[in-house]
Amino acid sequence: MKGLTKDRLWALAVLLPSLILVGVFVYGFIGRTVYVSMTDWGNDPAQALATNPIIRWTGLDNYRELFTGFLQGRFRQELVSTVFFTLFFILGCLGLGLGLALVLDRNPKGEGLWRTIFLFPMSLSFIVTGTIWRWMLQPQGGVNQVPTLFGAQPSTFGWLSSTDAIWKFDWNKLPLITAAVVGVVLAVIAFRAFSSAQRTRGLVAAACAALLFIWALFVGPNVKMLAAPELHGFNLALIGIVIAAVWQMSGYTMALYLAGLRGIPEELREAARVDGATEWQMYGRVIFPLLAPISLSAMIILGHISLKIFDLVYAMAGPDNTFTSVPALNMYLTSFRQNQFALGAAIGTILLILVAFVIVPYLSSSFRAEEGHA
Amino acid sequence: MLALALATVSSASAAGKLEIFSWWSGDEGPALDALVKLYKQKYPSVTVDNATVSGGAGTNAKAVLKTRMLGGTPPDSFQAHAGQELIGTWVVANRMEDLSSLFKSEGWAKAFPADVISLVSSKGGIWSVPVNVHRSNVMWYNPAKLKAWGVTAPKTWTEFLTTCNTLKAKGVAAPLVVGENWTQQHLWENVMVGSLGAAGWQNLWSGKTKFTDPKVVAAFTTFGKVMDCANKDASGLSWQQASDRIVDGTSAFNIMGDWAAGYFTTTKKLAPNTGFGWTTAPGTSGTFVMLADAFGLPKGAKDRAEALNWLKVLGSKQGQDTFNPLKGSIAARLDSDLSKYNTYSKSAAADWKKNKIVGSMAHGAVAPESFTSAFGAVIDQFVASKNAQGAAAAAQQLADKAGIGK
Repeated sequence: MKGLTKDRLWALAVLLPSLILVGVFVYGFIGRTVYVSMTDWGNDPAQALATNPIIRWTGLDNYRELFTGFLQGRFRQELVSTVFFTLFFILGCLGLGLGLALVLDRNPKGEGLWRTIFLFPMSLSFIVTGTIWRWMLQPQGGVNQVPTLFGAQPSTFGWLSSTDAIWKFDWNKLPLITAAVVGVVLAVIAFRAFSSAQRTRGLVAAACAALLFIWALFVGPNVKMLAAPELHGFNLALIGIVIAAVWQMSGYTMALYLAGLRGIPEELREAARVDGATEWQMYGRVIFPLLAPISLSAMIILGHISLKIFDLVYAMAGPDNTFTSVPALNMYLTSFRQNQFALGAAIGTILLILVAFVIVPYLSSSFRAEEGHA
Repeated sequence: MLALALATVSSASAAGKLEIFSWWSGDEGPALDALVKLYKQKYPSVTVDNATVSGGAGTNAKAVLKTRMLGGTPPDSFQAHAGQELIGTWVVANRMEDLSSLFKSEGWAKAFPADVISLVSSKGGIWSVPVNVHRSNVMWYNPAKLKAWGVTAPKTWTEFLTTCNTLKAKGVAAPLVVGENWTQQHLWENVMVGSLGAAGWQNLWSGKTKFTDPKVVAAFTTFGKVMDCANKDASGLSWQQASDRIVDGTSAFNIMGDWAAGYFTTTKKLAPNTGFGWTTAPGTSGTFVMLADAFGLPKGAKDRAEALNWLKVLGSKQGQDTFNPLKGSIAARLDSDLSKYNTYSKSAAADWKKNKIVGSMAHGAVAPESFTSAFGAVIDQFVASKNAQGAAAAAQQLADKAGIGK
């Protein structure tokens, strides 16, 4: 082969060990986990830890169990909790990070010191953050005692121990809700495609949206995943964990935004001012649009941290508080305490798919961008 | 030739070694050390390797143990809660040795209560040697406070609910204090034993009674009412923090195991009967709900003979009376020397000899880990929804899955 020069061979030899290791320990194990998730390993306690367990192929049974099984309400609540947690965690980090960055961008006194202070929480591990915040949010101390400083009654809000939930919906309606949301998104895409004169694209999107709406109107209401209604919502006990997570990671988004703000050339701002833009207009029309790519990368990184989160919840609320539980915690308990290895592997696979939803579009777009440059 | 030489070398070196695996560290360390010292007095040539993995109730140790067992290097003898926690995990997987012959040769069939022997037995084998006994059906209170409120410790759960209303009327927001999830499971089992009786409780775990039985559903409803008497910030409290609310008089009652006696006397410096009081949990007088730490012998243990000697020391009268006064528990044997124990332990030991003995679910005696761990979610859902039928149906499905009653 022409391309196989000595230089290339050398590069290949250097890369080979890590390629093999990644192949075995990442992709091999992913494959093994997916395989185990489609078996019944551990469903029978007598076989779970036997020397040579009998493992049968059961296809998608474990997944069916997780989404519709009577006993797996905890897992479904965790999925809902993860969505809410991710939403508030990302919004909190982006909002606080941007706010801090804007303040620091105005060159206040001792800027370097402030930067260090705000970035410092990121150097702690989630276990440490969790322990500190558990102390602060415990029922009989910490922030609940703050009102007494002003002579008021101590607050009684259960930061981590509340059992209330808001925005509840029936799990049986999930297919309906999903179809409606996706349908609306498709309709918007179709509208935008038509208005920018992309006929075929618009037609396809409109047809898909119409199909989904028809399904949601006629079939959706009759779909029953569970025998009885099962309500899931946003558990208020998660608020404490969101606060701790935002505290930990908002310094990181601040650093990203600060770098972005410093990267915007002064000429652009001056040009905007010359054109008569007010300070608000300058931020809204010039600076924020330029920060959009930074928001996107921050969302990707925060999003996958949030989906995988385990240690913070374990340290703050313990493994057995189902009101604050997340799928990663459930995976650990199912596999290593209940010895249901197949079910645990199924939860792990679902987590992997969720993270892939966030990461893959980002990776593919950045690859495309790199190829474009090259 | 070489193989033979290797075999003799390894057996010669093995003759002097024993590895014991437990989660006794910190406060419980000295009690274990005393046992090891006793073992060394009897078998001076043996080197004891104390492989302790710290962590409450063995959460970390159990994970390490699983790795070692699956990796084919089991410790010579390891700690587990007596009963189904060991049987449902390791015995069903055929990884433990039957200790029936040891019980026979040591004459332990008479030394231990028959109820205990049946708890550590299954499928015709006896699987572990209980070292100590804790009682879990104890209700703790603050005698001075009860007097001030003008109430007495209730005898049944119905009476408890009346007392609860009286106390609420006197401005006690939470007459009962509970803590994190496992303490709620602990309370649940006390309501069950108190409502179904000792025999009814045993039928539940032998599969004779289903969880969906009307009596069990009714007991679930009672548990819901009892939880209405409890504090709302439960999941944020450890059992020690819950006990503190008895001491400071925020709450009137706490249902907890007898390790609370150690906490009250040692940490809080309170005198038994004046600083803190106790009685059996409502409806359970005459019943002793027990949990025990025990040691078993895994198949393929490297130093089997030494491990058997270790088990003999654990089960002996001298061994149990060395260990338990230091650990704050009582001996599983019926013939222990009560002069070595404290006030609370003496009262528990007296009950141990005459009461009906049943096992605890929350502490691994009657249910395997797979049940107890998943049952936590059932309790949480029930406390939020108060749907007794649903919780009972879920518990029955869990029991079927965990192989209870098979």
